[in-house]
Amino acid sequence: MNSTVRYIAFKPRNVSYYCVILLCLLTMISGGYCAYMMEVSGHIITGMNNHVAWGLPHVFAVGLIVTASGVLNGATCASVLGMEVYKPVARLSVVLASSTLLGGLTVLVLDLGRPDRLLLAFTHHNFGSIFTWNIFLYTGLLLICVVYLWMMMEKRFNRQVTTIGLAALVWRIVLTSGTGAIFGLLTGKNIIDTALMAMLFVVLSLVLGTAALVLVTILLKHWQSTQVDDELQKAFNRMQLLFLLVLGIFSIVYHLINVYARQDLYVPLFTLTGGLTTMFSVVYVLTGLLVPLGITLYLLKKPGGIYKQIASSIMSLTGGFLLLYIVIIGSQNQAKILFPGKTVLASRFGDGGFPAYVPSVWEWGVGLGGVAFSFFIFLLLIRVFALIPESQPSTVSKLI
Amino acid sequence: MSDLAPDPVSCMDADFEHNTKANAARRRFLQRIGVMGVSALTASSLPMNVSRGGSLLAADIGSSAASDEPVSGVSSERRWGLLIDTSKCSAGCDACVRGCHEEHGIGVSGNDHTDAQWIRKIDLEDNDSGETMSLPVMCQHCETAPCVDVCPTGASFKRADGVVLVNKHTCIGCRYCMLACPYKARSYIHEPVTDQLSRAPRGKGTVESCTLCVHRIDDGQNLQPACAVACRKDAHSAIVFGDLNNPDSEISKSIREHDAKQVRADLQLNTAVRYTGL
Repeated sequence: MNSTVRYIAFKPRNVSYYCVILLCLLTMISGGYCAYMMEVSGHIITGMNNHVAWGLPHVFAVGLIVTASGVLNGATCASVLGMEVYKPVARLSVVLASSTLLGGLTVLVLDLGRPDRLLLAFTHHNFGSIFTWNIFLYTGLLLICVVYLWMMMEKRFNRQVTTIGLAALVWRIVLTSGTGAIFGLLTGKNIIDTALMAMLFVVLSLVLGTAALVLVTILLKHWQSTQVDDELQKAFNRMQLLFLLVLGIFSIVYHLINVYARQDLYVPLFTLTGGLTTMFSVVYVLTGLLVPLGITLYLLKKPGGIYKQIASSIMSLTGGFLLLYIVIIGSQNQAKILFPGKTVLASRFGDGGFPAYVPSVWEWGVGLGGVAFSFFIFLLLIRVFALIPESQPSTVSKLI
Repeated sequence: MSDLAPDPVSCMDADFEHNTKANAARRRFLQRIGVMGVSALTASSLPMNVSRGGSLLAADIGSSAASDEPVSGVSSERRWGLLIDTSKCSAGCDACVRGCHEEHGIGVSGNDHTDAQWIRKIDLEDNDSGETMSLPVMCQHCETAPCVDVCPTGASFKRADGVVLVNKHTCIGCRYCMLACPYKARSYIHEPVTDQLSRAPRGKGTVESCTLCVHRIDDGQNLQPACAVACRKDAHSAIVFGDLNNPDSEISKSIREHDAKQVRADLQLNTAVRYTGL
């Protein structure tokens, strides 16, 4: 499939490129220090507590993992669905997916209470736990990405690219569903215990992944002092419009399920659990859904607005991460009803109330460190291996 | 063809030879990585086996329960549980909480949200009748425990006699069990702990909860959990401990007589902690 596109290693001589690398390194070092402090002092220095056991690092970790799954959609479109326009970014898509997944897993591990016991997760299994399955799904996807990329780069294996692409497609759908099921299959968590959570995560991953791929493609083209291929830009825009629409529909259906089926008005995505989640719910609907939808619709009629596409992608990414914050944090700091029909008069543990959670600087450090690590690995890989299409973007379509 | 131009056939041979050598080297490298990996995995399991042979209670029981081997004193013929009589439990009294803390060496830092909450007191008011009541909430030792279901390493486990515990050696501190527990009965150790008691090993970065004073149960002298003892010492006797499987035990009789209920029975977890007067 790649015989018509020549790939090169990415070695720009650009000040902003080196600034970004420096920024990544500094953020990674800061993240490492934050993780070290959390390891030495314990989670007492974070905002997490016995109510909100999974905090901001989990939002980053899960966000990066589902983004990785969605980013891989670029390669799927090229090698499985045969959409020619995505072929120049197919390799890029696999590499970005791998590095993003690696970053997410790193954050997940660093937030463990005992990261030094990581090997135990591979030697002691409870296959009744969806978490156990996810451990294998995450590492499995990483392995698939390596093989996928290898087959793309080795001409003698090019024929098998469709097969491995199909395997990656199935694997990532199972993976994203499994990640959603981590939250959707919890007992007594009214706001998220629905199988719909698995599908919501699949759609969310596609929105996040497409946005990330768009931004990275534009950034790489900027560093090469060229413009983004118009056809590719249009294709990304069409795809993002579709995914945003589906995400919006899922959000509404999810809301209606909670209101109608459960007769429960206070729950759903637009959760009123206090704290930041209420604010984030409003921002998610506006920034993560409505405005990007408006921009993508506008670009459908009047294509070519590169800055509009950048804005739409940044807002989709922000909205997606806010949605994850709402699902992960909101489900934990909801008022847990242990005694229906009774009011809690007193409890030292805050039963019946909305537990507070404010992320600490250490959590931000670990989370952002994971994002920087992902991007640094990505930049490193595309510098070492021939993964960027050499052709000028305007002539890409002619080359295919 | 010029003299300088390479002979395509010899080039191919050279390439083939080079590739063969490279492949052989690659294979050797991969073999070494494989051997190293297997060695690392074997080595990583060694300390676990050593610790299982040690004296830490939870680990001993955990390994036995996992292999379904009969353990002396632990039998599925029994199912230990608690019955809380809310009419005898008084608001403002926290003798059971203090008793638990003393028994397990749990310190209090003053931050109720990060301190261990193996047992906590809750005061309630009925929305219809206005009746008030007070009761302790601890791990409910569910028959189908969500914490056991979700634990990726199997560190959360249920003994044959129904006591739900955490194997402190295999808990990686992922805290998924805390999300899964509908009773908020699990606590995470947020900071380094000192002056631990040998009967209640604790460690930063792991999760813990009420053990039903398993060390007392296994002592074989019919000892009661610390919370029940403290409650009786304070002249309330609101907590009864006993064998739920024995229809003639005091706890079973009281459960039948008072129509004791489970907290959130709708979740169908079949808890071993029951309440009267709810």
